[in-house]
Amino acid sequence: MSSAEVWMLVGMGIVTFGIRYFLFAVADRIRLAPWLEVSLKFIPPAVLTAITVPAVLLPNDEWQVSFANPYLVAALLSLAAGILTRNLLATIAIGLAAFFVHRFFL
Amino acid sequence: MNRPEIIKRHEFLSGIRDTLPLLLGALPFGLIYGAIAATSGLSMTAAILMSALVFAGSSQFIAVGLVAAQTPVAIIVLTTLIVNLRHMLYSATLLPYLKDLPQRWRIPLAFWLTDETFAVTVHRFQRSDSSPCKHWYQLGSSIAMYLNWQFWCFLGLVLGNRIPDAQSWGLDVAMPVTFIGMIIPFVKTIPVLVSVLTAGAASLLTLAMPYKLGIVVSAFAGIASGLLAQRIIDARREEQRR
Repeated sequence: MSSAEVWMLVGMGIVTFGIRYFLFAVADRIRLAPWLEVSLKFIPPAVLTAITVPAVLLPNDEWQVSFANPYLVAALLSLAAGILTRNLLATIAIGLAAFFVHRFFL
Repeated sequence: MNRPEIIKRHEFLSGIRDTLPLLLGALPFGLIYGAIAATSGLSMTAAILMSALVFAGSSQFIAVGLVAAQTPVAIIVLTTLIVNLRHMLYSATLLPYLKDLPQRWRIPLAFWLTDETFAVTVHRFQRSDSSPCKHWYQLGSSIAMYLNWQFWCFLGLVLGNRIPDAQSWGLDVAMPVTFIGMIIPFVKTIPVLVSVLTAGAASLLTLAMPYKLGIVVSAFAGIASGLLAQRIIDARREEQRR
């Protein structure tokens, strides 16, 4: 391992752990305002959606809004499966299956 | 075994069980990370240590891409910081549930905090039963995610040298598909639906922002719109009552 690699790992490790731990470290010393506490419930779905939508509509950093885009087809089918079955495994499995069928057979 | 031990064990195992589908989602993701790392110029040791010590899928991907482009270390570390900023939103959400735990719990749970473990665990914490051991549930989910990630990354590294074009198979579809499955259970009320739709639209409007900063900006747009929708609905209800 080169010294540049060591510094990269040390830096990435500290930064990542620091972000994850900072609020936990001071957890007993801070109190959130009531409106902030209400806003927390919006965080998980909002962040996950903000990651997912571009990954589906711009799979290779280029707009691809059509059924020729296997990522979009997989996402729509897994969305439908998820809403209908309410089952995480089914949602993932159907999305993956749709993607590979589209990719290799259509 | 006395009763608290049984509860802890039960929480721990439930955490693992509820994370199982997400392990499937992380499988191709880990394989590709390994495959890309193998061809990026990063040494095998560094690639393995990155999974073991940093343990953050998307920033590992980006880091490997930057290594291949011969980016200076300082830029790679800065990019990692920005890409992982969303984890601070996660820890803010878990704060009320973990604040009474000793540091020997908070430190490992923070280290293992990923999108997946967070999404599974937050549902457990929000359930109204008064189990005093819900953090054991998070521990189970965390360890399952961690071991799963190490294994597939390692396999990807080994295979990466033999299957050079694994990157072009499109295994990265696993991430959006998994995330869709994780989003759906959160969307139970109109304000959350508004928040999700806004965040999705914002993510497309902020594409030009560098270093994936658009994700954080979009998240804030989603949160603000959700709060606003909640206020409007609450105000209407108040009016109807009069």
